[in-house]
Amino acid sequence: MTGAAVTGAPPSRIAVVGASAAGLCVVEALRRQGYGGPLTLIGEETHLPYDRPPLSKQVLSGAWDTGRLRLRGADDIEALGLRLRLGSPAIALDTQDREVALADGSLVGYDALVVATGTRARRLPGTDGVRGVHVLRTLEDAVALREDLAGKPHLVVVGGGFVGAEAAAVARGLGCEVTLVTDTAQPMGDALGDELGAMLRAVHAEHGVRIETGTLVDRVLTAGGRATGVRLADDRTIDAEAVLVGIGALPNTEWLTGSGVPVGNGVTCDVTLYAGSGVWAAGDVASWPHPLTGERIRVEHRTNAAEQGLAVARNVLAGPEQARPFETVPYVWSDQYDLRIQIWGRTRGADEVRIVEGSPAERKLIALYGKDGRVCAAVGVNMMRALRDYRSQVAEAAPFTARSAA
Amino acid sequence: MQISIDFDKCCGAGQCVLAAPDVFDQRDEDGIVVLLDDNPPADQAENVAQAAAVCPAAVIQVKQ
Repeated sequence: MTGAAVTGAPPSRIAVVGASAAGLCVVEALRRQGYGGPLTLIGEETHLPYDRPPLSKQVLSGAWDTGRLRLRGADDIEALGLRLRLGSPAIALDTQDREVALADGSLVGYDALVVATGTRARRLPGTDGVRGVHVLRTLEDAVALREDLAGKPHLVVVGGGFVGAEAAAVARGLGCEVTLVTDTAQPMGDALGDELGAMLRAVHAEHGVRIETGTLVDRVLTAGGRATGVRLADDRTIDAEAVLVGIGALPNTEWLTGSGVPVGNGVTCDVTLYAGSGVWAAGDVASWPHPLTGERIRVEHRTNAAEQGLAVARNVLAGPEQARPFETVPYVWSDQYDLRIQIWGRTRGADEVRIVEGSPAERKLIALYGKDGRVCAAVGVNMMRALRDYRSQVAEAAPFTARSAA
Repeated sequence: MQISIDFDKCCGAGQCVLAAPDVFDQRDEDGIVVLLDDNPPADQAENVAQAAAVCPAAVIQVKQ
């Protein structure tokens, strides 16, 4: 080990584990900020970095071929001068000797390490290897589901979050019969609350999606290794030839076991995204305390991966002593039929919702979400540009008053 | 610096406008990016690089 990280000099060897949006953003920002030393990018998947939001949208529908997902061209990646280690996941970390062990048996040394290993889809127990049961997280997942949907099966979507609601919309567009089962009171109820969730439910129903709310799927029914339907917690069964499980994601931290890197719900970082021992984290896998509220959060949004990648690159070069807190207004969007839903901030835990422009009937609106008397989020439906004017109220946690209009 | 945009992939997040308001705007009707200046002055380089990096649809290409 070199003494760089101890003396406060910039690191002379940097490794980034995770070659998706966050990892790519880290290595690009490091080069842009003048870091010219050895830089290793390690990825479990064999692909060059690609984008995930279109997987449940344009790729699933067939509107895009998978080549359009690529975040950078091969020549752009080449120009970064990386030691690319794709297709060989990190399996262990030694923070004493500062080495990452890869699945192929090789070791990668570092002075500063960035963990950007993301999340993986949660699965239903007992569904491994069952044909017709899908999750949607990787390019291969999307292609496999698309191939199944081409046969116009009855699709049961388990989970009413972003992935489930978007896939249900796409599957209807492809002519599949679709039933969406969610344990919340409304589709995307966790993110949108009851009023906007009810609007979304109406939109899905108008497009022919059958919706079962407030109920859990107990298990997937199979025959001969193939899905035949699902059994609900209330003992009803729904026949299906295909099942998409969209019940959230789990942070990929198992490889850090025994490394001394603090892990809880993700990698436990401080406000600067530093986890100690020369290790930083960015993207879906990072948990950090919100600078204003102190609440520990982990955000699985595409834009968060990029923003944290930029912040971590800056902080890695500055060193832990000079690192700056990461501040953000989380942003996420969802496309369903002809609706584009955009969310600034965090809606969860909101105790007030007020529609400040438009209305659910118009399918065009802006709603402010308040918590403890402060604006915590702004949600727009088909009001793309207008919504941006409300971002500052979310950023400042402005008082949630009757006059909370832009 | 030369900026090019893949308009078909733009998702209307407006992140680019926040990062470089002198270079990017959004259309009123659908939020799609409007390129105000495809060859902005050098003092915009960092803002534009930031915009390209945070764009959630990776539609902004910058050639120096």
